Amino acid sequence: MSSSSSSLPASPLSSTSLHLAVALDGAGWHPAAWREPEARPLDLFTAGYWADLVIEAERGLLDFVTFEDGLGLQSSHFAEPDGRTDQVRGRLDAVLIAARVAPLTRHIGLVPTVVATHTEPFHISKAIATLDYVSTGRAGLRIQVSGRQNEAAHFGRRTFPRFGIEDLDMPGIRELVAELFDEAADYVEVVRRLWDSWEDDAEIRDVATGRFIDRDKLHYIDFEGRHFSVKGPSITPRPPQGQPIVSALGHETVPYRLIGRSADIGYVTPHNTAQARAIVDEIRGEQQAAGRADEPVHVFGDLVVFLDDDPAEAAARRARLDELAGQPYTSDARIFTGTPGELADLIQELAAAGLTGFRLRPAVVGHDLPKITRGLVPELQRRGAFRTAYEADTLRGLLGLARPANRYAAAATA
Amino acid sequence: MSKPSKPLKQIHLAAHFPGVNNTTVWSDPEAGSHIEFSSFAHFARTAERAKFDFLFLAEGLRLREQGGNIYDLDVVGRPDTFTVLSALAAVTERLGLTGTINSTFNEPYEVARQFASLDHLSGGRAAWNVVTSWDAFTGENFRRGGFLPQEERYSRAKEFLSTANELFDSWHGDEIIADQATGTFLRDAKAGAFVHQGYHFDIEGQFNVPRSPQGRPVIFQAGDSDEGREFAASSADAIFSRYSTLKEGQAFYADVKGRLAEYGRTHDQLLILPAATFVLGDTDAEAQELAHEVRRQQVSGATAIKHLEFVWNRDLSAYDPDGPLPDIDPDPGEHTIARGRAQVRMYRDPLAIAREWRELAAANKWSIRDLVIETGNRQAFVGSPATVAKTIDDFVQADASDGFILVPHITPGGLDIFADTVVPLLQERGVFRTEYEGTTLRDHLGVAHPDAGAPGERVAS
Repeated sequence: MSSSSSSLPASPLSSTSLHLAVALDGAGWHPAAWREPEARPLDLFTAGYWADLVIEAERGLLDFVTFEDGLGLQSSHFAEPDGRTDQVRGRLDAVLIAARVAPLTRHIGLVPTVVATHTEPFHISKAIATLDYVSTGRAGLRIQVSGRQNEAAHFGRRTFPRFGIEDLDMPGIRELVAELFDEAADYVEVVRRLWDSWEDDAEIRDVATGRFIDRDKLHYIDFEGRHFSVKGPSITPRPPQGQPIVSALGHETVPYRLIGRSADIGYVTPHNTAQARAIVDEIRGEQQAAGRADEPVHVFGDLVVFLDDDPAEAAARRARLDELAGQPYTSDARIFTGTPGELADLIQELAAAGLTGFRLRPAVVGHDLPKITRGLVPELQRRGAFRTAYEADTLRGLLGLARPANRYAAAATA
Repeated sequence: MSKPSKPLKQIHLAAHFPGVNNTTVWSDPEAGSHIEFSSFAHFARTAERAKFDFLFLAEGLRLREQGGNIYDLDVVGRPDTFTVLSALAAVTERLGLTGTINSTFNEPYEVARQFASLDHLSGGRAAWNVVTSWDAFTGENFRRGGFLPQEERYSRAKEFLSTANELFDSWHGDEIIADQATGTFLRDAKAGAFVHQGYHFDIEGQFNVPRSPQGRPVIFQAGDSDEGREFAASSADAIFSRYSTLKEGQAFYADVKGRLAEYGRTHDQLLILPAATFVLGDTDAEAQELAHEVRRQQVSGATAIKHLEFVWNRDLSAYDPDGPLPDIDPDPGEHTIARGRAQVRMYRDPLAIAREWRELAAANKWSIRDLVIETGNRQAFVGSPATVAKTIDDFVQADASDGFILVPHITPGGLDIFADTVVPLLQERGVFRTEYEGTTLRDHLGVAHPDAGAPGERVAS
């Protein structure tokens, strides 16, 4: 199962183990998901709903769950709100959902989406550090940018031109998108420096000298960039994992560069093994260009899944949902419709092309999440391709990533 | 004996997680972590076991400095407020969750969605202590830096809060139908629509968090300046004030409550809750003795020197804390010795204070450390549980406050003794709840649900 292009360090599990995550978003990824009998549309804004989903994911020994988020209402349009009333609209802050479920779970990683474009890296750094504390080492973030005109107007500090997905190749728009991703890279750099701005043993509680901390082990980060300057140190001590997980979704070179420069996990959307191989190579190239060739970076394939024990049943369910929605469901990611066994086949085939894990987007979370945890996972376990028990207490541990040294501690002793 | 003409007031109690200052004693063998979640969970569970109204978290967005160095004598480091409160919602069921959130280094859309989310995730227990700052020192950690002139901080805070209220009110609570049969999720495509054009904020669009159980979080205001009092009278549900004597408390209480009428509000719509420390012993004498020990823990020799530096505005590290006060006078120039703390502004005439302190020290034969211990903040309540329960009750019944935000000096167990010994006595007196009657923080505090009145009317423009 291990891939030739992966630079992951060898570990006892790496020869047999895939990594599996589930992407949580409302009632599921199909816009009509909320109308299914297993959906609980009136519970979407309650803690109990999210707790039940994450507990189910943990039951399936998944590496982590991600939580979608955004700084505006969901929309079927790339550029702007769609004014629709027949789909789920409204959501809770993803970091706070993750924190709310953390004390109710023990092993599963919690990876909320955060938007770099309009928020403060100082706030997000301490929020994710705190998520790492309240989950005792299971936090990560998924970084996202926003170029939407309407979301910029929610903040009123900058303006963007209106552009659609068809405009992404226009000159001014290409530059704007590249700039948003450059800002996101700076943002991650600040977030990471702040996580390291306290050395692990900075708190000394030395009664003899009256000192609570050794201030030589706290560091100004002195970041100066085009969009912000941040002095530091953080107000929150270094989190349990040292560096919580940073992840990003990408579909082309600009975000692949962000993944290569800044992330521990990239989510990508290949539709076949040839595309998977090409994307993994491109990300490895960006990683090398960023001087991170020797750092492990996971590349996860995103798949939308409709799962049933009978393939015809899954196809019929998808057709029924499409009819409710009034149009066929489309996605940036490959859409899989079939049985857990067939999905296991696909996953192993794509893994052979160099993907180290998969982020599954359940079409209907109330239906397809249990099919993942109670169908797909046992199938992969039978094939010796997935863990049969949690082997670590931290998200880094589950992903086979060592706890990193503190960049400032290294500098201080150099 | 005639019955009292006035019914007994019910006391409101809250628990302030021990803060980043020298009230908090970290050197005690019983002092635990200030950052591990287990400390917060223990503290919150104690407060809930004791039927407290809420837990309170303070905030500071830049580590304090003195003499150009990060201040290292007090507890340093704290979690992100929203994140830890949301996690605490998982380990408690009724306890209110109050976070201090700065209106200068945040934007209304983001803060409103965080509070609305916290209110949903806690089933209606969120509260916001609105604070303001302007200093460029803190601004160095944020995109916009120190952009705000000092005189505009209250106008920004006011507009920030009124804008956040517009966002909270942009959903009325009846928009989500989620009718699976007809396929109508939202009743209204315009749910969450807002437009705000003001001096500090010019924003428009659609808010993306549906109306939360409390409608809006409960609003706290801290700070006792004239502007702060006016802000509280216009816009807050509770005021977080400084503990003082009964007389001063009564004067403050009368002043703030007297301002409510102008905003069409009644006396019960704004609670006055001073922060108060306590030391309990089996007897009053034992408590006094303990209180003295706690003061010595709070003021180490090194802390005493640093405290003197606030007034002297000079490096005094060469002085012996067990020796006499410095002969040299304070530097009357711009205050540069300490940054990132409010305390500095308490000393308006340092020369006069230095003179007064030298005289006091000479008359009592006090060393520097003795002087700081004796003149600094003493614990508010010192005594046996019976004495403390009576003092608290008397203070509230005499309209010097509506209750207290208690600040233990030990993390996380410092509240336990209060919960175990004083709360039962207050309950016996019939002035504190024995069970939660409602589920939301508004229920506990007895402040109206915003939907009960016309939204938006309370904020004077």
